[in-house]
Amino acid sequence: MSPGDLVPIPHTWVLATSAVLFAVGTIGVLLRRNGIAIFLSLEIMLNSANLAFVAFAMKFAGSADTMAAALSGQVFVFFVIGVAAAEAAVGLALFIALHRLKESIDVDRVNILRW
Amino acid sequence: MVTAVFLVAAALAVVFSIITIAHRSPVINVLSLVLVFFAMAAMFAVLGMDFLAAIQVIVYSGAILVLFLFVIMLLNIQQVERLGSGRPLQALLGAVGAIALGALVIVAIQGLTPSQGAVLAGSENGTVVPIGRALLGSHLFAFEFITLLLVAAIIGAVFLAKKELR
Repeated sequence: MSPGDLVPIPHTWVLATSAVLFAVGTIGVLLRRNGIAIFLSLEIMLNSANLAFVAFAMKFAGSADTMAAALSGQVFVFFVIGVAAAEAAVGLALFIALHRLKESIDVDRVNILRW
Repeated sequence: MVTAVFLVAAALAVVFSIITIAHRSPVINVLSLVLVFFAMAAMFAVLGMDFLAAIQVIVYSGAILVLFLFVIMLLNIQQVERLGSGRPLQALLGAVGAIALGALVIVAIQGLTPSQGAVLAGSENGTVVPIGRALLGSHLFAFEFITLLLVAAIIGAVFLAKKELR
């Protein structure tokens, strides 16, 4: 591919992929009871958001005056990955503490604050 | 060629994300999530975003998911419950709601004008130089704040996982 070729993929395709992945992640979050499995579904949802950022970065990378917006899209994916790393560390530490307390990470058994 | 690679990567991402949420073994869940992230890195690369593809593989697959695997081994989780077991009504409503959400977003996307992708493949737009300039230029405050967030997360994680939490 020579420099200057346009990527022949409409940004709507990327957005559609992102929507499908987000729906799959939502199903996982709503239907799983195991804490780690819920967390993995959450990572799928975060990544589908990344894909949406990338789709709009693609859209705005076309002309020179929207180039800042296109770069911001990629920078935000970087930030989302940073936040996801922090969230994974804290969340997994929470599950370790929970497992020590309850011998299980089934979220249905964590009901002290319920009702 | 680019289109074919993108479509294959998108299909792989969807298939392996379904395996991630549906399989009963946590280790297989995490390993198929690694494949989802590799497929997404392939999508980023094919769209001309080289730097994002690299950090997707290095940070997500290399660091975050290894952390998940460590915790699964530490807690010795053998098998987890079947998808949506125990509460049929809740499971049905959750699945219907999530699929409706996805369908709604896709219908909304239909309304957008499908622009041709515009990242210039082979140009510098997705490499580390312009992204680094943007990070340390217009996004400097957010970039520094991420470091604070990570430090706070590390301290919080150590505190939470300590033994005498009661």
